Amino acid sequence: MKLSELKLGESGVIKEFSDLELSIKLLEMGCIPGETVILERIAPFGDPIAIKVSGYQLSLRKEDASTVILSS
Amino acid sequence: MKVALVGNPNTGKSTLFNAFTGLNQKIGNFPGVTVDKKTGFCKLPDGRGAEIIDLPGCYSLYPKSKDEAIVFNILSDKNNPSRPDIIVFIADSSNLKRNLLLFSQVADLGIPIVLALNMIDLARKNKLYIDVDKLSDKLGVQVIPISARENENIEALKNAIANAPAVALQNAWVDLPANSHTLVDKIVDEFQVESKYAGLQLAHHYETVSYLSPNEIGRLKSLTEEYDFQSQLLQTEETLARYSSIDELLAECVSKQPEVKGPSITDRIDAVVTHRFWGYIIFFFILLLIFQAIFSWAEYPMVMIENFFGWLDNIGHQFLPAGPLTDLLMDGVLAGLGGILVFIPQIAILFGFIAILEDTGYMSRITFLMDKIMRKVGLNGKSVVPMVGGLACAVPSIMAARSIENWKDRIITIMVTPLISCAARLPVYTILIALVVPDDKILGIFDLRGLTLMGLYLLGTFGAVFVAWIMKMIIKNKERSYFIMELPIYRTPRWNNVGLTIYEKVKTFVFEVGKIIIAISIVLWVMASYGPPQRMEKINAKYADPVMVNTHSEQELEQMMSSEKLENSYVGILGKAIEPVIRPLGFDWKIGIALITSLAAREVFVGTIATIYSVEDNGDDTANIRAKMASARNPTTGELVYTTATAFSLMVFYAFAMQCMSTIAVVKRETQGWKWPMIQLGYMTAMAYLASLIVYQLLK
Repeated sequence: MKLSELKLGESGVIKEFSDLELSIKLLEMGCIPGETVILERIAPFGDPIAIKVSGYQLSLRKEDASTVILSS
Repeated sequence: MKVALVGNPNTGKSTLFNAFTGLNQKIGNFPGVTVDKKTGFCKLPDGRGAEIIDLPGCYSLYPKSKDEAIVFNILSDKNNPSRPDIIVFIADSSNLKRNLLLFSQVADLGIPIVLALNMIDLARKNKLYIDVDKLSDKLGVQVIPISARENENIEALKNAIANAPAVALQNAWVDLPANSHTLVDKIVDEFQVESKYAGLQLAHHYETVSYLSPNEIGRLKSLTEEYDFQSQLLQTEETLARYSSIDELLAECVSKQPEVKGPSITDRIDAVVTHRFWGYIIFFFILLLIFQAIFSWAEYPMVMIENFFGWLDNIGHQFLPAGPLTDLLMDGVLAGLGGILVFIPQIAILFGFIAILEDTGYMSRITFLMDKIMRKVGLNGKSVVPMVGGLACAVPSIMAARSIENWKDRIITIMVTPLISCAARLPVYTILIALVVPDDKILGIFDLRGLTLMGLYLLGTFGAVFVAWIMKMIIKNKERSYFIMELPIYRTPRWNNVGLTIYEKVKTFVFEVGKIIIAISIVLWVMASYGPPQRMEKINAKYADPVMVNTHSEQELEQMMSSEKLENSYVGILGKAIEPVIRPLGFDWKIGIALITSLAAREVFVGTIATIYSVEDNGDDTANIRAKMASARNPTTGELVYTTATAFSLMVFYAFAMQCMSTIAVVKRETQGWKWPMIQLGYMTAMAYLASLIVYQLLK
């Protein structure tokens, strides 16, 4: 399952990334395999989204979120 | 001694900088990028002085943009005058894991470092306990818990800087990648890098390193290819390795963060502020407030500044000996100076608001709300603020575009903001609308003149969106476009920070943009006041003739003479020279002159037209000018000059044309060169010309 497919309030655990270049940025921002993410907010037009990860709130576009694979 | 502040964004780095330096700071620019370079001085407890440099906030030493590359460029360049002797790393105590990632990278560069754990008060409140002594012991560096906002422990931090060792004592965090040892050794050897980690960094992103020559970059490129250096993969591995040592460290030194029950204050505010309906309503009212403030509140101090300069001008002409030098000083230099200072109220107010929006954390919510809409046309969520500000004035708004991190988004915002109809276009619009649009109502309620004015505003806005969309496709950006942004917790704004921001922005504008404005305004003034000497002498002789003097009042004489002088000045000659070019737009040479003089500022159009038709410009009352314009006829054909077609063509021209030297000057400063302001001047003039041509030829 991808991070972009989470529903509001749902959580998941990061497993891996499907885009190497983007994964570096995501790692640096605290999206680390094994971390729990919660989908906290969806912007009014459905994009971007805001997640809680590593103790803070991070917003990202769905397109970028779709490169984050969650363990099911 | 030089001290650099390094840390993630939103960790209170600038608050600490202000606490260290107070008003004792200087703003400059890092070469080649649009990031403010803030330096300041601070006295240490042992009496030594320290030069403090505030480096841009970033999440990693691996740069994702040119702006972020500055940090590594300064820290690793032995010859850089800003290279620090000591680094103060500022970390958010509540978010140590992510913050320590950058710390671990910076520590590995081998520069003595002190770790400041900021917002320790918040961590304490949330029952998060950090064993500072143990952390310090494990890291091999001094660790000082502080609260920059509450001024807590700042002296202790200064002491730590004074006592910092001259050589780095920290241990290396991670080993070099297994198969990169030979490569890194080679780089360290060839490029005389001070640490192995800096050598590894060079292998990763030599392309963004400003101090390398093209030859050196070429050498690094072939070296990394020779050793089959897998940059992205190795960066991922390194980052993961760092996190796992950070995890071990934090497990020993930090009490487990207790689960927070229920939504935090930030969550509750966000529920309203990013709501699909209320979020936009609130944002709309905030924009309305900002617009109202720079449009109307700024009016009072602006009028005061204008009046003050008017008064100075009068005094000067009264008491200084009449002559070209006095004229230059009063009408050239002083008027130029007034033209700069008059922007201060708008800049101060807009940046006051922006500082509050940034400081509270609301600015990133604007991006969150607006990203999807603005992205479609190549703009950024944060472009909304400069563009709304553009309704009042493009000058402060273009400065405000600095809050947009992405280079391409920022350039596009800067390029299209002047298309939004600003306050200076209003006098031009109103006089022309009153001239040709009847004072009627449509359907009994819609005022025809009001509708026309609204149409012009919409035209500007659509023009801006259209150009942004075109530029999105034309401008190439090496930086990959993504959007991954922290939504910081809400904080109350720090008023001294707001005050400092206003002070800095005004200072930057007056000293950096001001000199260009004053230079252009002097050139324009000279061109409008002087002409070929024979012509000017003839006019002087004509008006000194007793026949003229006896048949006209002094005021009439003065008006007629200045009209004729303007016509024969260099600007007048230029206006006549461009007539063939502007003829297809329905403009005559008189309008041509007004187009040239109003390059200084659009509202100058009205004053110039008044001079040309030798009527008195009574400020707000433009009835005289309008009457003269309404009856103006082309001397050869006898046709009216200001027909509906010409007036509309002129309005459309002003809607799109650059016609503002202050904007050109501010774009030059914000983009660090003449390239972008010249492209902007070119495309806006072309767009104005084409649109006017179409309008005139259709309505003719």
